[in-house]
Formats: sequence, C-alpha cells, structure tokens
Amino acid sequence: MTSGMLERARWAARAFARYDKASVDRIVAAVAGAGAANATRYAEWAVRETGFGVAEHKALKNVACSTGLVEEYAGHDYVSPRTDAAQKIVSIPRPAGVVFALTPSTNPVATVYFKILLALMTRNAIVISPHPMAKECCADAARTLAAAAAEAGAPDGVIQVVEEPALPLIESMMADPRVDVIVATGGTPVVRAAYRSGNPALGVGPGNVPVFVDRTADLEPAARLIVDSKAFDNSILCTNESVLIVEDAVADRLVPLMRGAHLLSPADRDRVREAVFPGGRFDTRFVGKDATWIAQQAGARVPSGTRVLLAPIDRPMPEEPLAHEKLCPVLALLRVPSTRAGIDAARAVLRISGAGHSAAIHSTDSRTIMEYGAAVPVLRVSVNSGNSLGGSGVHTNLPISMTIGTGYVGGSSAGENLQPGNLVNWTKLAYHVDAPFGDFAGLDPWSPPDGPVPRYPEPSNARTAPASPAAPAPQGDVLREEIRRLILEELASLVRS
Amino acid sequence: MLDYGLFTYADKDEVLEKSSAYWNPGKTQFWIDSGVPLVIDRREGYFLYDVSGKRLIDVHLNGGTYNLGHRNPEVVAALKQAMDHFDIGNHHFPSLARTALAEALITTGPEGLSKVIYASGGGEAIDIALKTARHATGKRKIVSIVKAYHGHTGLAVGTGDERFSRLFLSERPEEFVHVPFNDLAGMEEALRGRDVAAVIMETIPATYGFPLPDPGYLESVKRLCETYDALYIADEVQTGLMRTGELWGITKHGIRPDILVTGKGISGGLYPIAAVLVSERCAGWLTEDGFAHMATFGGGELGCFAAMKTLEICNRPETRSIVHHASDVIGRGLERIRDDNPGWFTGIRQNGLIFGLEFDHPEGAKFVMRQLYDNGVWAIFSTLDPRVLQYKPGILIDPVLTEELLDRTAVAIARAAKEAGK
Repeated sequence: MTSGMLERARWAARAFARYDKASVDRIVAAVAGAGAANATRYAEWAVRETGFGVAEHKALKNVACSTGLVEEYAGHDYVSPRTDAAQKIVSIPRPAGVVFALTPSTNPVATVYFKILLALMTRNAIVISPHPMAKECCADAARTLAAAAAEAGAPDGVIQVVEEPALPLIESMMADPRVDVIVATGGTPVVRAAYRSGNPALGVGPGNVPVFVDRTADLEPAARLIVDSKAFDNSILCTNESVLIVEDAVADRLVPLMRGAHLLSPADRDRVREAVFPGGRFDTRFVGKDATWIAQQAGARVPSGTRVLLAPIDRPMPEEPLAHEKLCPVLALLRVPSTRAGIDAARAVLRISGAGHSAAIHSTDSRTIMEYGAAVPVLRVSVNSGNSLGGSGVHTNLPISMTIGTGYVGGSSAGENLQPGNLVNWTKLAYHVDAPFGDFAGLDPWSPPDGPVPRYPEPSNARTAPASPAAPAPQGDVLREEIRRLILEELASLVRS
Repeated sequence: MLDYGLFTYADKDEVLEKSSAYWNPGKTQFWIDSGVPLVIDRREGYFLYDVSGKRLIDVHLNGGTYNLGHRNPEVVAALKQAMDHFDIGNHHFPSLARTALAEALITTGPEGLSKVIYASGGGEAIDIALKTARHATGKRKIVSIVKAYHGHTGLAVGTGDERFSRLFLSERPEEFVHVPFNDLAGMEEALRGRDVAAVIMETIPATYGFPLPDPGYLESVKRLCETYDALYIADEVQTGLMRTGELWGITKHGIRPDILVTGKGISGGLYPIAAVLVSERCAGWLTEDGFAHMATFGGGELGCFAAMKTLEICNRPETRSIVHHASDVIGRGLERIRDDNPGWFTGIRQNGLIFGLEFDHPEGAKFVMRQLYDNGVWAIFSTLDPRVLQYKPGILIDPVLTEELLDRTAVAIARAAKEAGK
C-alpha cells in the first residue's frame, strides 16, 4: 500500500523527462538555494532528533550537498543530447524515472539533499524513505525542497517523502515495479534488501576505515588532519577513520602532535572497550556521542577539550572489538614495525568489515602510496587528507557524495561515489561507419513547460490560454533570485574553506 | 467449460442463451446486435476480460463505479477485514460504521452540509433528496433539465427524460418541470412562481453526453434558486470523488449546494451504497421523524467500510495529483487525435477525467464504441445523445496505460470514421 506515491511519481517523472536544460537548471538552483538557506536549521534538528553528531559539522555537509553540489556539477549537462561527429554517434539522455532513495539516520539531511539534487539534475522523480530515527527532519527537509522545486516550475510530485517509514511498507515499495532504481544508503540489511528486491539498485555497504601513517609522513599536518577528521560529526560517518596504523619509527612523535586526541592508558582503554562493546557487541548508545561523554560513561578520566579517544590495540583481529567500525570518536591505535606490516594491518582491518569502502594514508613516498592502494581492498584512498571529507569529495577532487560505492569487493554494483551520471542512461544514435553523419547542431528534443505541470483541470469550455513558454519572471522574482545567488555564493565559500 | 464453483456453463453461447431466457432478453440481444458481445469474466484494475479471454481497458467504469479500478486491493482489504466483525447492520439503531462514514463525508464535504442520509443506490438517494427538499420547503415542484438522468426510482425517474418514464406510465409533468440546459431564461421562468422545492442538476449531465455548463451557468442557477426560494441539489454521482480534480465537481464552481448526492463510485465498486449530504435547513425531518425514510440496505455497514476507504483514497493529495497529470496528458492526446480526424471527431468536452467525445453523425458514438471494443477498449455511447461517447479513464491511471489507451483510441476513431462513411 503505497498511498499513490509511486503512481504520482511516475506521472511526475514522465513530465520531467521532457524538460529542457534551462528549466532543469532553474529548478536545481532553486532547490539547492532552499537547502543551503535551511542548512543550519536542519543540522540542529537532525542532532536534536537523532541525538547523533555535531550540528556545526552537519550544517557544513548540508551546504556541501546543496549549493556545493551544484557548483561541483555546474559544467555538467545530463539533459541535452551530445553529438560526437568523429564517432558518428549522438547520445540522448534517458532518465531512470522513479528513484526510491533510502537515507540513513547518521547522515540524514545531507543525504536527503544529495539524493534529491542528483535526481533533479538528471530529471528523475524521487521518493525519499528516511531512516525512522530521523524521519521528522528528513520529511520536513524533503517538503521544503519539494516546495522550492514546485515554485521553480518542476512537475507536481517530483519530490515526495514517506512520512511513516515502516519496514513492511519500505520492503513492498522497494519491490514495486513502479520503482526504476533504488539508491540505498544505510546498514547492511537495508542494502541487501535493496539488492534482493528485484529492482535495479545502487546500494553501498559499511566502512571500517584504516589510516596508515608511514615513516615518511609529514607528521604535523597528518596529526591535525586525522584528529579533525576523526572528530568530524562525532565520527558518525562511514568515512571517519576507525583504526590508526602507525610505523614504530614515528609513532612516539605522532601521538603528542595529535592535539585534541587523548591517549588512553591500558586500564582506561579496557574501560572504554567494555563500555562501548559490552560483551563484545557495540552499544548503539555511543553512536555519534562526543569523546568526553564516552569517557565519562566508561569511567575514564580525560582532559577537557578532548575530541578523540585514542585506544591502543595490539592486533587488528576480529576478536579485538576496537578494531571494528565504531561510529563514535574512539580511534584504535596500532603500532607496526614496517611499511609492509602496516599494509597488511590495513588489509586485516578491512577483513573485519568495510571492504570496498575507503582507507587513508599519510606518506610522502609515492611507492608506498601506490603499494597501499594496490593492496588494500577499497575503491578510494584519501592521501594526506582526512578521510571523512576526503572520501566524500569535499576535501579531495573525488565527486562530492554522501553515498560511497563499495563495488564488487563490497557486494555492490556501484563502485564510485554516487553521482548524477548514475541516474541516467543514454540512448545512442549510431550511424553506419561509412554513412554520412547528420547535422544535429541546434537540435534539442526537450522544451520548457508551457505553464504549471500539470495544468489545473479547468473545464475545456472555460480554459484560459496557456502562458507563453519561458515567460520572463516578474520583477520581484528577479530580485529574489539575485539575493538567493548572493547567499549561495557566501555559503559555498564556507564549504571550500 | 466456464466453471465458477456454484455454477457452470458449457460456453459463452450457453450464457447468452440463458441470459435471454432467465434474465433480460432485450439487453442481451442489444449488445449482440451492437457488436459488443461482452460477458465479463475476470476484472482487475482498469482491465475487464471477456469470458473468451479478450482484454479491455475500461473507460466506462459504470459511470465511475470503478473509479479506483476493479477490485481495488485497498478497498478489498478494508471490506474483508470488516466482514470478520460486521454485516449489513440494523437500520433502526445508531451504528458504528454509518456514523463514522457520515462524519468523514461531512468533514471532507462542501461547506454548509451537516448530516448524511443513506440509500442502497443512487436512485433511492435522489428520491431521498427530493423528498427532503419538499419537506424543507413545503413545496412540491422539482425542476431538472431536459435530457436529465437521475435514476429510475419513483421520484428520480420523473426528473429524467421520458425515455425511461413513459414506458412505465411514470411521467408526471405537473410535478416535474424540465428546462433546457444552459438556458438561464428558461430556468428563471420555471422558478419565478416561487412554487419550486428544488432544482436538481448533475454538475455535468452524464447520460446526455457530458455537455459542459457554460461558464457561470451553474452559479447563476444557484443564485436564481436563492432568489426564488428553491433549493439546489447537486447530483455528484458521476462528477464527484475527485473525477474533476477536486473531490466534488460542484466546488470548482464555488457553489455550496443545499443537498449533495453521491453514489456509484462511493461503493468502491464492491458493496452498494449511496448517500445524501444535506444542510441543517434540510435536515429537519431527521429530528421531527427519524423513521420517515427507511431502507434495510441503506448505509449497510459493510458498504460504509468500502465507502470510507474509497473516500480516503480519493482525498489523498497523491490521487488529486494523478488526476491533474492524467487529465492534462489525456486531454492533449485527445486533441491530437481530434486534429487527425477533422469532420468526424468534432469536439472534446472535458472537465478533469470526464470526457464527452463528439462525433459528426447522429449515432457516431456507437460506431466508435464498437471499434473501441474491437481494439481492446470499453467505452459507452451516451444514451440520450448517441453522437457523444462517454470516456472516463480511471482516476488512478498510470502513464503507460494512458499511452496505450490513447493509441488504441486513435486507431478505433479512425476506423469508425470509415465505417460511418466519413
């Protein structure tokens, strides 16, 4: 029982797939603007509702996933046909249609923003199914973006949200033939369910990020980047570092440089382990909580201002709970005698979980960096960068993404950071190699809508003439657009800093 | 062998033979002669299947009875659940389901309506509306339009065309005045004597082929009613339940009727029920003598469950959006087909998902009906104006079926043109 959401989405998708580039750009800009303008409000709401993470950091991600994303893809065009005269091929974009998007509790609103904008850039309709723990902030955010899209001329129903995401409903929606593609971000069970559904699915698995600091690393920035990245959003992301592997040769110099990280004594390490993993199983109370609270719960004494708890371990084995994914600012610390041993340790960490996801390395030796990348089974390695914003493309030149493809090694069909291109296929018009190629200059099969989509059902004998296409916006709108643009630029510069 | 457990037939011919013998020879023969030898077997969503297996897209939907599709799964589930606890109920006593449905109808209905009276079908509901108007005004006369159709029961049949009353010696011109549609002067003439209890109007007269009220016509009729102290009864049996893109078609005209009648679609196509919504002024008899109109099956509690679920589905923002999308796309599609058939397909009357398709031949719609049937679509001509085809796609129709429907319609209309010599 989907309450008509998917049927409505199908109508919206049908209409949207005929929009031209200029109309799509206008809608995308308006929606990104609405997202950025509410970035802080929803960041605070998400922390309040879920009890996870750091509002300031979530606000940053919300901006990155709204105006930041639009900036990132400013030069891209997923709407207009492409002509390759040399190959005698014309490519015409064909949107997926209806995207069913599952969003997580850990990274709730940023993922909602991200998936909505990806869908809009590629002229898809999207139905958001938020994690139940974050359903209120996510539903409100989706409604805000939907209103902005409608005001900018998007078809009615192009963005919808499941207000009460109960498991049986979600499973039936995932399996519904009216869904064209599922984009699943969340825990392993959700992702597996998406793959089982019978619909095409882009699912991504969990992380368990090893970060290796070798003997050649520039220690001062490495220390700072690791602490900042580990502390980011209270380590709630799948991209936050999990196990710090450091060569003996530099370990004693690195640790004191890690300001904000407190090295636990063996006794306190045991207390933290017992608190966070009672009986060896992770206690979800600790998800996204700050370091001092965790220490307090464990009965360990730490200086004020501590952002990361550094927990020394001596083996990267499954039976060591601290070598598992932690989703809170506890960073395991493993010393290794050599580069070889460091690489092996990183592989061992990923055998526990997180294969295909991401890793980080701090090194100045290209040979080591290459070996690490070749040996460690992940699809992205942040180099001399924190991984939380490195793997997601905010601090690297990877595509900005809240959805990290783990590829075949991680049991996923998606191997890259999810990006707009994943939601569109291309129909190729391929000429015979010897046939003369046509002239497609200036041809565009798409057009702007000739009024609201759909038009209001006036009786046919009382219908008013349709508005002329691309009617100039009234003066008030121009001013508002200008103000909006200025706000966006300001926010965008925040992200890059 | 057609085997349905309780009964079996050797083949379709046997069904037709026995249908003539035991049921209705006139109707049975009519459809054979019309080239529509349909005996409906399986029914699902917007599809009907003849016993031969032939599939038809249903855009007749029995005047909107199957607005939500045949055997809509949500309505079926609601009804099945109800049957574990409820039955028709006892019409004398306050009832759980009747009260709940009445509240739902009033809270979602047009402003100014405050009570609900139940019937077992649309005709009885019209009779209730007319009796109520007579009680409230102390007047007897009822005004309806020429070629009106409001059902076949005692009073309802008097409001309609003689086609259905004369045979039964049931026309009563002294009580039932008929004025031409879209003729305000005629309407005022009929009301001027202040002896009229009510004007009854279908918001768009279905059986007459959905001629659209001229802009402002219904509004003016309502004003005339106020001037001459007659009540306005909105027959929303076919135009209600989101078919025009709003829950009740009459509200698109900004009219607050004194009485509103719903039937057909409110049943969900599964359990017969109809209802009359009345204003406080009209509701007097319910206090004065609550037993004055009775019907054992009126507001049967199982029907109330079907109706509540139906009303809830119709009221969803998603449903409204689908109707708006579909009416836009189908309207434009039919305009293209019309442009391809000049001199034959001459006009489109549209309000939301209500369409009357006009053909330039006195019986044009019968040709089209037959060709549509051959091409997998079931739509019916207008009994009181056979130039016009009634074309009512379901309110939950999807884009793929819409395209198929339009393709089939285009083929059928072009073929019918040849057949009709156009």
